[in-house]
Amino acid sequence: MDKAHIKYTLSWATLVLMIFVFIYVTTIFDVIGQYGMTTIVLIGINLIAAVGLNLVIGMSGQFSLGHAGFMAIGAYATALVSSAIPSIYGFIISLIVGIMVSGVIALAVGLPTLRLSGDYLAIATLGVAEIIRIIIINMKSTRGAAGIFGIPNFVNWQVVFGLSVVAIVFVVNFVRSTTGQAIIAVRDNEIAAESLGINTTKYKVIAFVLGAMLAAIAGGLRASFIQSVSPQDYTFMQSITILIIVVLGGIGSISGTVVTAIVLGILDVILQNFGSLRMVIYALVLIIVMIFRPKGLLGTSEFSLKKILFDSGGDHGNNNSKNQ
Amino acid sequence: MATTILKTNNLSIKFGGVTAVDQVNIEARENELIGLIGPNGAGKTTLFNLLTGVYQPTDGEVSIYDGTHLKNVNHVPPHRRAQLGIARTFQNIRLFESRTVLENVLIAMTTQSKARTAQALFRTPGFYKETAKKRARALSLLQIFDMIAVADELASNLPYGQQRRLEIVRALATQPKILFLDEPAAGMNPQETQVLTDLIKQIQKTFKITIILIEHDMNLVMAVSERLYVLEYGKVLATGTPSDIQQNKAVIKAYLGEEG
Amino acid sequence: MSSIIQQLINGLILGSVYALLALGYTMVYGIIKLINFAHGDVYMLGAYFGYFFIKVMHFNFFIALVLSMFVSALLGMLIEFIAYRPLRQSPRIAVLISALGVSFLLENGMSYLYGSDKRAFPQAIKTIQYHFGGIQISNIQLIIISTAVTLMIVLTIIVKRTKMGRAMRAVSADQEAAVLMGINVNRTISFTFAIGSALAAAGGVLIGLYYNNIDPLMGMTPGIKAFVAAVLGGIGIIPGAALGGWLIGILETLTQAVGLSDYKDAVVYGILIVILLFKPTGILGKNKREKV
Repeated sequence: MDKAHIKYTLSWATLVLMIFVFIYVTTIFDVIGQYGMTTIVLIGINLIAAVGLNLVIGMSGQFSLGHAGFMAIGAYATALVSSAIPSIYGFIISLIVGIMVSGVIALAVGLPTLRLSGDYLAIATLGVAEIIRIIIINMKSTRGAAGIFGIPNFVNWQVVFGLSVVAIVFVVNFVRSTTGQAIIAVRDNEIAAESLGINTTKYKVIAFVLGAMLAAIAGGLRASFIQSVSPQDYTFMQSITILIIVVLGGIGSISGTVVTAIVLGILDVILQNFGSLRMVIYALVLIIVMIFRPKGLLGTSEFSLKKILFDSGGDHGNNNSKNQ
Repeated sequence: MATTILKTNNLSIKFGGVTAVDQVNIEARENELIGLIGPNGAGKTTLFNLLTGVYQPTDGEVSIYDGTHLKNVNHVPPHRRAQLGIARTFQNIRLFESRTVLENVLIAMTTQSKARTAQALFRTPGFYKETAKKRARALSLLQIFDMIAVADELASNLPYGQQRRLEIVRALATQPKILFLDEPAAGMNPQETQVLTDLIKQIQKTFKITIILIEHDMNLVMAVSERLYVLEYGKVLATGTPSDIQQNKAVIKAYLGEEG
Repeated sequence: MSSIIQQLINGLILGSVYALLALGYTMVYGIIKLINFAHGDVYMLGAYFGYFFIKVMHFNFFIALVLSMFVSALLGMLIEFIAYRPLRQSPRIAVLISALGVSFLLENGMSYLYGSDKRAFPQAIKTIQYHFGGIQISNIQLIIISTAVTLMIVLTIIVKRTKMGRAMRAVSADQEAAVLMGINVNRTISFTFAIGSALAAAGGVLIGLYYNNIDPLMGMTPGIKAFVAAVLGGIGIIPGAALGGWLIGILETLTQAVGLSDYKDAVVYGILIVILLFKPTGILGKNKREKV
């Protein structure tokens, strides 16, 4: 690890710390109140789910329309396990259970469908998410449509903040890894990637499974934070909410995902005052953004501290930014 | 005589009612440079796709030398054939357009990578060491092909001739035993074609690999090939050295008849 | 035995409506490779137009049906013009999101303007039950199935015999080649949306008459199911959509009949997964290879 690199990593760490301190100060002086706090936590949770979905849509170029299904698995794993073992360990185990179950289902769905080219994953995930929801509604242990209440809360804003940072660092580093580059190669040109010895199905499945696992974490956090789960929280609409964060931000741009998750979270609060007109405005914003910025607000570009703070010399490869 | 490293046995494929490749028997030896010519629609690219595993033959077999003997690879998918030492370029360029030139070459080394994803995620010293090694190799390949200056350019920003060249570098980065070049001179002007001719000869010499080349530019094919196969209507019409082929009546007829 | 036949008939009726919807999905997908999420909402609006023409304008049911189809066709063209056409050169996912936006807009716009409650669809035609042996069928059911079949025949004639239909097939086979042949691609796509939307509206009006109520979210689930139907039959293939629609309708009715109504939607999606595993191109689909 060279000096420039340490400097670069430290400057990112400083930025993250500054944001953390900023939120912390606002809580001390109670500037944003309980409602604001909840908003921050939910933004963080959506962010984790969206970063995972961006791995699928942005990096591997596959459509997934069933992200909510994997969130639901995480949420119900946490609801059931941490209700049974109401301790922090129980909560951690519940997250792991959610991640595992989600991963296995993603593997089972991904392996056959990702062999095919076209929109088959989109169609299959849409179906699988609905099947998951219907099974949850009809199972005894999940208490049907009413859902589960009184889930012990082990999640505060610090936890979500920390895990969001971990999720982002994970995905950014993953993209730069050999595996991540292979996934992008498959997206860019599947036939060429194959001709270079890359097992295209394998890499698409890896991206999809990791995305599903991140969704499960988001679901688990959410269940613990709002202390209840219900199948209505994880409908097609929830998948779409996450999808919109990814697409509006710019497919493949992690910075875009972060910015949009925050902006949409705040927009949601502002639009609360508009009552039922809120969804109409939301819909119009979607259409208008797509027409005028079809590649999303940030396109595929990344926010790069290196560009701002240091002169990025011949240090190619470590810097994923394709600034436009 | 050098070892045979690629062989087909009555290789055929049908699309609907059309037999695109019909009972083709060809073979290639170590470090040989073979030209594959024939009129448009003769089945040259289809034959490439059969050899590289993109298509499954309807009949016959493809065998590749695995170090000890020729092994039937009919059911080996393209990515596993690549791992057996087959690399190719494409008639219509297929680069990873969102990646830089260097990244394109690095991606071709994916299957040789020893760095674990876990190492990359936690940025261990092993990751940096392995990355540095791979980069050095990729850069030295780019050096050989005089592309070091554009290493950090996006692949899609390269001029056409350079893109073709990058496809060749990328294929070589997989450390192949056999390199398939599908119309590498397509769209090039005479000067560029001349440079390419020298390049292909240089690759054969430097890397000691077998090269199989589809090309319409007769000057190029005749200049570089040691042996030629002529395809017409999916069948091998003739085979021999460039001078044999230039005298061959059937070949002359096929060409004059087809293309005037 | 007669109860099975009864269920098959009921399934066929429901399936006719899915089929009408699925046709629009399949035509649009065939021509611009878009999963048109707003399609189910055009079906909903069609039902509302029907409601308006019958309840407010006091038109005869069939006139209301035709008018609703006509207005919805215009609406479909308008949606395509505003929300999809500017995105012709954009990444496909952008169009998909735009379609979702249109879907939200129609659902929430209708909820905002006319309330989100169910409203009773006028009984424009008095229900008469016919009995054949142990089987019961109503005149409404007969109207639904005969209207659906008639519309499908008309569609087939349009696609096979008219100049516009030929243009549609040409554009969906190869858009670039179609341009070179002098086909006006924009107009052809516009026409496809018009036809698809008219069929969806017919489905909406028929279902309003059948179930006697309509609401702004009535298009969501049938929309997804009709899409599944289109995939089942082979997306992009017109007869496939009709076949898929009927199969899904029958399957759903049979699942209910054996006492698994809680799982009726899950079964539909389950079938979808099975199809994707074993014949991803759908029942009538053919495998296509990418040219290398």
